[in-house]
Amino acid sequence: MKTSDLAALLNEPACEHNAKSKSGCARPTPGATAGGCTFDGAQISLLPIADVAHIVHGPSGCAGSSWDNRGTRSSGPALFKIGMTTDLSEQDVIMGRGEKRLFHSVKQAIDRYSPAAVFVYSTCVTALIGDDLEAVCKAATQRWGVPVIPVDAAGFYGNKNLGNRLAGETMLKYVVGSREPEPAPVDPARPHLRVHDINLIGEYNIAGEMWHTLPLFDELGLRVLCSLSGDARFREIQTMHRAEATMVVCSRAMLNVARKLRERYDIPWFEGSFYGIQDVSNALRDFARLLNDADLSARTEALIAREEARLAAELAPWRERLRGKRALLYTGGVKSWSIVSALQDLGIQVVATGTKKSTEEDKERIRELMGEEAKMIEDGNARQLLNMAREYHADIMIAGGRNMYTAIKARLPFVDVNQEREHGYAGYQGMLTLARQLARALENPVWEAVRRPTPWKTLRGVGHG
Amino acid sequence: MAEVLGRSKPLTVSPLKTSQPLGASLAVLGLDRAMPLLHGAQGCTAFAKVFLVRHFREPIPLQSTAMDQVSSIMGADENLIMAMKTIAEKNRPAVIGLLTTGLSEAQGTDIHRVLKTFREQYPEHHNVRIVPVNTPDFSGCLESGFALAVQAMIAEWTPTAEQGGTCPGRRAHQVNVLCGSLLTPGDLESLRDLIERFGLNPVFIPDLSDSLDGHLEAEDFSSITTGGTPVTAFATLGDAAATLVIGPSLYPAAELLESRTGTPLHRFDHLFGLDANDRLMMTLAGIAGRPVPGRLERQRAQLQDAMLDCHFLLGQARVAIGADPDLLHAFSELLGEVGAEIVAAVAPARASVLARTPVPQVQVGDLEDLEDLARLQGAELVIGSSHAVDAAERLKLPLLRAGMPQYDRIGGYQRTWIGYDGSRQLLFDLANALLEHAEHGVAPYHSIYSRKAELRQEANHGAPQAFAHSDRWH
Repeated sequence: MKTSDLAALLNEPACEHNAKSKSGCARPTPGATAGGCTFDGAQISLLPIADVAHIVHGPSGCAGSSWDNRGTRSSGPALFKIGMTTDLSEQDVIMGRGEKRLFHSVKQAIDRYSPAAVFVYSTCVTALIGDDLEAVCKAATQRWGVPVIPVDAAGFYGNKNLGNRLAGETMLKYVVGSREPEPAPVDPARPHLRVHDINLIGEYNIAGEMWHTLPLFDELGLRVLCSLSGDARFREIQTMHRAEATMVVCSRAMLNVARKLRERYDIPWFEGSFYGIQDVSNALRDFARLLNDADLSARTEALIAREEARLAAELAPWRERLRGKRALLYTGGVKSWSIVSALQDLGIQVVATGTKKSTEEDKERIRELMGEEAKMIEDGNARQLLNMAREYHADIMIAGGRNMYTAIKARLPFVDVNQEREHGYAGYQGMLTLARQLARALENPVWEAVRRPTPWKTLRGVGHG
Repeated sequence: MAEVLGRSKPLTVSPLKTSQPLGASLAVLGLDRAMPLLHGAQGCTAFAKVFLVRHFREPIPLQSTAMDQVSSIMGADENLIMAMKTIAEKNRPAVIGLLTTGLSEAQGTDIHRVLKTFREQYPEHHNVRIVPVNTPDFSGCLESGFALAVQAMIAEWTPTAEQGGTCPGRRAHQVNVLCGSLLTPGDLESLRDLIERFGLNPVFIPDLSDSLDGHLEAEDFSSITTGGTPVTAFATLGDAAATLVIGPSLYPAAELLESRTGTPLHRFDHLFGLDANDRLMMTLAGIAGRPVPGRLERQRAQLQDAMLDCHFLLGQARVAIGADPDLLHAFSELLGEVGAEIVAAVAPARASVLARTPVPQVQVGDLEDLEDLARLQGAELVIGSSHAVDAAERLKLPLLRAGMPQYDRIGGYQRTWIGYDGSRQLLFDLANALLEHAEHGVAPYHSIYSRKAELRQEANHGAPQAFAHSDRWH
C-alpha cells in the first residue's frame, strides 16, 4: 500500500473529522491503546459476505485468535464462518515462501469449498516481507476462474476505521460494477408496485437485526440490492452500482463507498440509523425523499403511523418499568446520539454519552437531544467511566463488550450495544428487544445480592437488608 | 509411540492453533499486579484481549506498542520504550511481560537491548520488573508461548543457589509447582487443596487460580491483575523442599530451575487418571513425610469404581481429539486407562511429547483435518474447544469442550479435570456424552412379509392430529 493512497483514505472528504479541528484519525499512544488494527477493520467489514472464502495471509496470531468471533448472521451459506489462514511458519517467512503457499491455498479453498469468490487479506508480516498480494490474486483468478480479490489492509497501516475504508475501497475497485442485477421479482400480491433498488452500507446484521428492518423494506417495495455487508453474497456486491439510493447505516466507516457511488454512478445517499423509533421512521422517510416517488412517500407515512402506534402500545408497560432510570452511554460516533434517542423513547434519562469518535455535527445533535448541559465523555477509560457513573448516579452502563466486565466488576448493570452483542436492537421491533434487555439487566435481584457485605465482616451485617 | 505427521496442505482451515503471544500473555496474567505488553500492531493485542475476555468472562489487562507503518519499517524501539514508560506511570504494575509478535520479530527487534536502553533512560522505574520473551506467532502455539514466558520468568527472577544464597529444603513445607497451560484455574484450586492436605505449602508458577478464577473484588476496577504469583516468590523457589512440574511443555523451564537452585524435580505429564494421581500422592507423601490422608484414599476408590461403571461405554469407544500437545497427551493417557481408542489426534504444532503419546498417529494440523479423520475413522466422540462445535455438528457427534477458547460455555475456565475426583467427573462426562448419542441395540428390520410398514403409513395420513402433542416430548 502506497503512503499517498493511505493519506488519501485518511483524508475522507465526507467525514466531518476532516472538516473540523481534527485531521484524519488520531494516532494511538503506545502503552495506552484500545481498539483493533486495520486488518481487524477490514475483516469486520467484509467477513459477513457469506459465500466468500476469506483467507488471512499471515501467521497464526491474526486469524487464529480472531476467527469464529463475530455476531454477524447469514440466512444461507456458512462459508464465512470457516476460518482460513495460510498460517505462515518461520521457514515461510525466512525463505520467502509466503506467496507460493498463498497461491496453493487459494486452490485448496476453491477445490474444497467452491466459494463464489476468494478474498485474501494481507497482514503485517506478509506486508513487511513484501508478498505481492495483487500479483498472486491476479494469477490465481486467471488460473482457476474464480474471482480472487486482494484486500491490502495490513494491521500496522493504522486503526480499525482505516481498515473499514480500505475494505470499502477494495470492493469499489474490484467488485462493484462487475455484474448487472436481475430484474426484481414481481410480488403476485402487488403486481403493479414500482420497486426501487437500494443499498445499505455499514449494516452488519449483528444478531440478525437486519431481519427486523428487511420486512419493512419489502412492504414498501424497496429491494435491498446489496447490504455491505450483513448477510451479503458476492453477487450482490457486484451490483451495488445499480441502486437508486444508498443509506450509510450508523457508521462513518465506509462513507467512502457511498461518496464514490455518488461520484461514479450518481447514486444519492444519506446517513441514518435504525436505532430508536424516530430514527427508523426518519430513515424510511429519507429513502422516500431520495427516491422521489409520491406513492412511496404516502405508503411510507402510512407504515410509519401504523408501526409507531403499535410500538407505543407495546412499549407502554416497558416505559412504565424503565421510567426515570439513569443511563451512562459510552459508544462511538453516530451511536452517541442515535442510541440516546432510543433510550429517551423508553423514558430513560441519559446522564452522559461518549463522544470519542463523534464529530461536531454529532455533538450538535447530542445537545439537541440532551440539552446544552449534556455531559460528553471525550475519552473514557474504564476508571473514568466508573467514576462518572458514580458521580451522576447512573443505574446502568450501556456500552461495547470491551467495557462489559468493567461494569460488572463494579456491580453496575450493563447492556452491550456493540458488535459482539447477542441481541438485535435495530428497527421498530428491536426497540422491544432493547426494552426487554434493559429491564432484564436493571431489575435482576443479583444486584442487591452482590452489593451485600460479607455478614461476618461488618457490624451492620446481621439483620441488615 | 506416535508417528507425528507434518502439515499436509498449504491452507489452514478452521484453525486449531492459538498463537504464542497469546499463550505468553496468559502466563503473565498469572502474576500479581502484572501487565502483558505485546510488541506489535494494535490488532495483536485487541484480538488476544477479546479472546481471553470471552473465554474467562473477566476484564483482561493487555497492552500494545501500537506499531504502525512508519515504525514497522524505520524501527519501533521508541514505541516500545514509550509503551513501557506509559504503563509504568499510568498503571503502576509490579511486572510487565514484554512479549514479541510475528511483526516485531520479522522486523528484527532486539527487545533485550531496548529494555537495557529503557533502564538507562528511566531509572525512576527500576521497581517495575520486566520480563522480555521472544514469542513470534509464526512458531509454536499457545502452549509453547506460555512455556517460553514461564522459562523467561525463572531465568530473570530466580537466582542461582550461589547468587541468592538459597538452599533446597530450607523452607521445608514449600513445594514449587510449575503449572502448564493445560491446567485450568479450577484445576489449580483443586491442586492447592490437595497439596495442603499433606501439610505442604504450594507456590504456583504462574497462578491463574488467583487472578483469573472469576471472583468479585471489593475494589471496583483495576487496570492490572489483582492476583497471581507475587514476583517476590521467584526468589524463594531455591529454598523449597521440591519442585513439581505439570505438563511436558514446562520441562525445560523446570530443568532450568533445578539447575539453578538444586531443588529436587518431580515431573508429571498431567494429572488425569489413576496412574498419574497415584504417582502424585506417593510424591507428596514422600516430600511431606506423612501418609496419604484417608479422604484421598476414598477418592481413589471412587475413581476406580467410576472406571468400572464407565468401561462399558468407554471401552473401545472411538475418540477424536484436537488440542495443544500437553492436553492431547493427557487425554490420550486417560482414555487409554479405560480402554478407549484415539482414532483421530490433531495438534496445532509439533512438540517432543507427541512422540511418546500412546496413539498410532498425531497429525499436525487444523480442525478440518480433525473432522476429516473423525469421519474417516468412524469416531463416536469429539474432544476440542468451542471452535470444534461446528465440526462436531456436521459429524453429528457429541463434543466434550476442552482447551481454549470456550466461548459458548460459562465456567469452562473453572472446570476441574485433575485429581482422583476431577478424573472421575471427567470419565462420567465422557461416558454420558456417548450415552446421549449412542445408538443401542439392533436397527429395526422390516420383514418383507410384514404389513407393519403399510399400517404405519396409514397412521401417518392422520399425522397432524396424531403428532399434535409431540411438542410436549421435546
